[in-house]
Amino acid sequence: MSIPGTLGRLSLAGMAAATATSALLAAHAAQAQGTFITVASTTSTEQSGLFKEVLPAFRAATGIEARVVALGTGQALDMGRRGDADVVFVHDKAAEEKFVAEGFGVKRFEVMYNDFVIVGPKADPAKAAGKDVSAGLKAIAAAKAPFASRADKSGTHAAELRHWKAAGIDLDRDKGPWYRETGSGMGPTLNTASGMNAYALADRGTWLNFRNRGELAILVEGDSRLFNPYGVVLVNPAKHAHVKRRAGQKFVDWVISPAGQAAIASHRINGEQLFFPNAKPWLPPVE
Amino acid sequence: MAERRPFLLEARGLSVVLGGVTAIDRLDLTLQPGRRTVVLGANGAGKSVLLRTLHGLIAPTAGTVAWGVPVKQAMVFQRPVMLHRTALANIGYALAVNGIGEPDRTRLASDALARVGLSTIADRPARVLSGGEQQRLALARAWALKPGILFLDEPTASLDPGATAEIERVIASIAAEGTRIVMTTHNLGQARRLADEIAFLDAGRATELTPADRFFEEPRSPEATRFLEGELPWK
Amino acid sequence: MREIFASLGLALGLIGGADPTLATIVSLSLELSLAAAIAGAAIGLPLGALIAVGRFPGRRTLIVALNALLGLPSVVVGLVVYLLLSRAGPLGSLGILFTPSAIVVAQTLLVAPIVAALARQVCEDAWKEYEEQLTSLGVSRLRAVPTILWDARFSLLTVVMAGFGRAASEVGAVMIVGGNIDGVTRVMTTAIALETSKGDLPLALALGIVLIVVVLAVNAGAYAIREWSGRRNG
Repeated sequence: MSIPGTLGRLSLAGMAAATATSALLAAHAAQAQGTFITVASTTSTEQSGLFKEVLPAFRAATGIEARVVALGTGQALDMGRRGDADVVFVHDKAAEEKFVAEGFGVKRFEVMYNDFVIVGPKADPAKAAGKDVSAGLKAIAAAKAPFASRADKSGTHAAELRHWKAAGIDLDRDKGPWYRETGSGMGPTLNTASGMNAYALADRGTWLNFRNRGELAILVEGDSRLFNPYGVVLVNPAKHAHVKRRAGQKFVDWVISPAGQAAIASHRINGEQLFFPNAKPWLPPVE
Repeated sequence: MAERRPFLLEARGLSVVLGGVTAIDRLDLTLQPGRRTVVLGANGAGKSVLLRTLHGLIAPTAGTVAWGVPVKQAMVFQRPVMLHRTALANIGYALAVNGIGEPDRTRLASDALARVGLSTIADRPARVLSGGEQQRLALARAWALKPGILFLDEPTASLDPGATAEIERVIASIAAEGTRIVMTTHNLGQARRLADEIAFLDAGRATELTPADRFFEEPRSPEATRFLEGELPWK
Repeated sequence: MREIFASLGLALGLIGGADPTLATIVSLSLELSLAAAIAGAAIGLPLGALIAVGRFPGRRTLIVALNALLGLPSVVVGLVVYLLLSRAGPLGSLGILFTPSAIVVAQTLLVAPIVAALARQVCEDAWKEYEEQLTSLGVSRLRAVPTILWDARFSLLTVVMAGFGRAASEVGAVMIVGGNIDGVTRVMTTAIALETSKGDLPLALALGIVLIVVVLAVNAGAYAIREWSGRRNG
């Protein structure tokens, strides 16, 4: 009994399609077989261009490919909690220490710091400009000038909230239509600020790379309270057995080693250094 | 009353209700082997529905359709339905779904095309053929299956006289080989030419089953008489 | 307006300059979208045909549900696939989150319902024409499925191209399950999203133009195949 020609032909086509698709995906999987680790980091760090500089150096030194998934700090830590990353590299010290305390991370290491700036319309209607972040924020709140906040659980957002509090401003009470919560990353928030001539707190790295400035310029900078420290944490293999412990540890070790620190320092935008390495002297790896 | 003889196809108390309309109404009809039956009747009498029900395309609402001898069936419709393939491939498809493999399939399909005089257009897409050619192709396709009975529902209604004559020739040829023919038509001349018995339908019932030459001289039922005299109103 | 012309110029420069990073991103986008279109078609075409030709209880409800899936929010699909493929999820041990495979999975889930719903309509129209004749020839409903699919192949090719377009234009779900990793899971759409969020709008628009050109080229190819084949087969 013969299989009807059309049925036979269609089955062959279907099998060919399945084979082609599988071959394609296998090829990608094979490419992945050279060791790689997944690093959960933040959008601001990626958008600063740091990883394009630093990751090739890491690969050359260790042969390991570091794949960065860039989200907000909160999401990055959640990724670590779920075990979807091997290493987290974010900038919210309090959240990172909580992460370790809860058992999701092995140990936090200081890596580098950059700084935040307050940007706003060049004309500065609220008269916020200067070197004092508290004074600047007070002026903005008093003038009820439009302010764009990330409001997205990010390290930047956490820092912003801390600065409002330190300036003595109770956002829940004083928040009004002037305070715009975009719920998005640094870039989109800057796009929004640029579009509505609003003030915003931004990390210097994203700002230097940002092309859509409109009327905005840096108004407040240099306050030491605006420094923004980064930490790197290996996701705890005790919680997630599949975590690439050795390779992940190599990343942590390298990033705080003299070689890694030098790579970080050499990243510049328009000749300006963005990140300042500050790892403590290198310690033996945690077992 | 003659005693029961072995029949080919018998409908008893057959009723078919479609969309609230009773198309076939407690119809009784017995068809013997080896004849050429033409079903006549006014529009709406139920001829098409009857053929489709006998062929198994429509399920009866009540009553039975019984086959005295199981035979392979085929049907040709008023408008031929062809797949987007060549003429030869359309016949090949019908053979394939009926379990005929290569190399017989191509040979039988080519033979069928030759019988209806379409060998020259074997590789043409079936759908670009003329109406008459497509209907001949449909007949070739049905004939290739070597059916024991062939139903035809107004096979020449959409064709011009030349094509009609061609089709009638093929039907006669198929009948001559022993295939039972059951056909409907509006064309009384065609019925005279092809039939050896007439089944007359009126309002979903079979009023008579009469040898053709007798029917046209002296039909048995008053409804058929009125029909032949052209006095039957449209339904 | 000036920005749009600037972007057009930038786009031409990008296409002509054959920048290797851009080439990687474009070829990855094409590969993954075509794979998803094929996989989505492999699921959706037979499914659509079966529903069109079959008779079973709940058929009409299924058709309504299938049509509703045409409006499936892609970000929801991305979220669901992420939760399934996450290490904390049921399929985590497959380890395909943040790899191209995850992107193909998410895109296929978006493409398959579209192909199925549209194929169902195409096949149902064809079946209306063929049902009587095919039944008369002894073709069962199941056997009719490949016949109808092959017979309606030109209309169905357009349906598959619609699926390809859907896959190629997806951003949200691809971002969530792929992670937009530089050199690994960065595709045209997520690259455009990245440049937009960096404020580099001219580059984002230029990449968008490149994407449109690529999708146009694929569709032109499919149309050409259809024309050539149509002339041969009628």
